[in-house]
Amino acid sequence: MIPRHQTVLFILLLVASVLMGGLLWNQLRLAHRRLLQGQDSAPTQAPQVAPAEQATLMAANDADNTVEPRILSLPLPQNPEARARAVLGKLLDLYAAPDAAHPVPGGAGSIAQVFLVPIADAGGKLAPEGPELAVVNLTGAFAAGHPSGLETETLTVLSVCATLNANFPRVTQVRFLVDGQPRATLAGHADLTRTYLTAESAAPAAGDRP
Amino acid sequence: MPGRMFIPRPIPSQGAGSVSLPHSAGRLGYLARAWVLLLCAAVPVLGAQAPSAPAQRFVVLLDPAHGGDDPGAHLGPLAEKAYTLALSIRLRSLLMARGFAVVTTRDSDASVDSDRRAGIANNANAMACLSLHASESGSGVHLFVSSLAPIEARRFLPWKTAQAAWIARSLTLAGTIDSALSHASVPVALGRTALPAIDSMTCPAMAVEVAPDRSSNAQAGLDDPDYQTRVAEALAAALVEWRSEQRGDPQP
Ligand SMILES: [Zn+2]
Repeated sequence: MIPRHQTVLFILLLVASVLMGGLLWNQLRLAHRRLLQGQDSAPTQAPQVAPAEQATLMAANDADNTVEPRILSLPLPQNPEARARAVLGKLLDLYAAPDAAHPVPGGAGSIAQVFLVPIADAGGKLAPEGPELAVVNLTGAFAAGHPSGLETETLTVLSVCATLNANFPRVTQVRFLVDGQPRATLAGHADLTRTYLTAESAAPAAGDRP
Repeated sequence: MPGRMFIPRPIPSQGAGSVSLPHSAGRLGYLARAWVLLLCAAVPVLGAQAPSAPAQRFVVLLDPAHGGDDPGAHLGPLAEKAYTLALSIRLRSLLMARGFAVVTTRDSDASVDSDRRAGIANNANAMACLSLHASESGSGVHLFVSSLAPIEARRFLPWKTAQAAWIARSLTLAGTIDSALSHASVPVALGRTALPAIDSMTCPAMAVEVAPDRSSNAQAGLDDPDYQTRVAEALAAALVEWRSEQRGDPQP
């Protein structure tokens, strides 16, 4: 015959282990969900504890087809890729504002990721502080919602390239992806298959008036 | 037929039978007549080899962008492909009335890829190539010349960047169109962009994107008939000006 106190202890331990199991399963589920949403947990808005720094946004204007610098002070993370994402996010926030000079819906969340990849310099060497290729991964929703037109699409591409170059001088080339995939055009016009050279975008678009 | 103009006319006789040539002179006359006939036969060939500059056909290529399964931008109830086709048809009739030869890349709602558009342009030997677009963004007309870096003209050019040898002349054409549109009070924005069709064209080429007129003094939508007429007639006037600047200089 099993003593009464042993039966009670057994039941208590059984209940405790079932509870522990439930708790663990719940934690696992939450962790899995966090993992799936991984790209969204990267800071688009830098945490307010980060010190505010100056960033140059090359903002587009549809009325005269120009890209003009706007210097803003905003908190920026230290990691260069998160920093690039935060700066471009701020640029797209300007475009999503109600009275924007270059209206494009979407805002900061439209930059899914920015990758900075070292590329060989003119001598064919990969230097630690050498030139970089920025790969800008846009969301499909941003491309789908972008107004269609030669001027508006060209301005978005040029202003992203010029903004990257203004804040990350090592970035000399820019490529675009949409939802992680190569795409023919942004919204029917601007070619997204090519590599953009930031040197081309540094000159204002309307500066070619013959 | 330009050669006909050079056929020498026989010297009119001073009066029938007034002077009778001696027998030897008559024989010389046959020789002279044969010589003249030979010359007459040769002249059309010579004439064909050296066409006179003013009689040369001045070809303009109109490329209504998009078409078929590529609708382009949504312009209210209208697709961009329909707007560009209508503008192309209107501009063609204006240009033909002004003595231009006009070649188009499409005359119906057909899918035409960028290589085919450039191929039609390059076979047409055009003196101006306009790729027509329309958009609800921006104001007035946006003129886009290829963003390729200019190079010297040479005999063989890579297909994808053939326009590089024509950049200087494309920019000059953009200047001519800019002043004609400004003269017609249409706001103009100039820019450079990469467009596969334009980048392969071997002619002074650009994309012409028509947007609503949002200038403070004259608000006009894309569907405004007066605005459409103003833009089309300014483009035709620009090409008349371009023709008078370019006569007899088809090479870059
Ligand atoms: Zn278009």
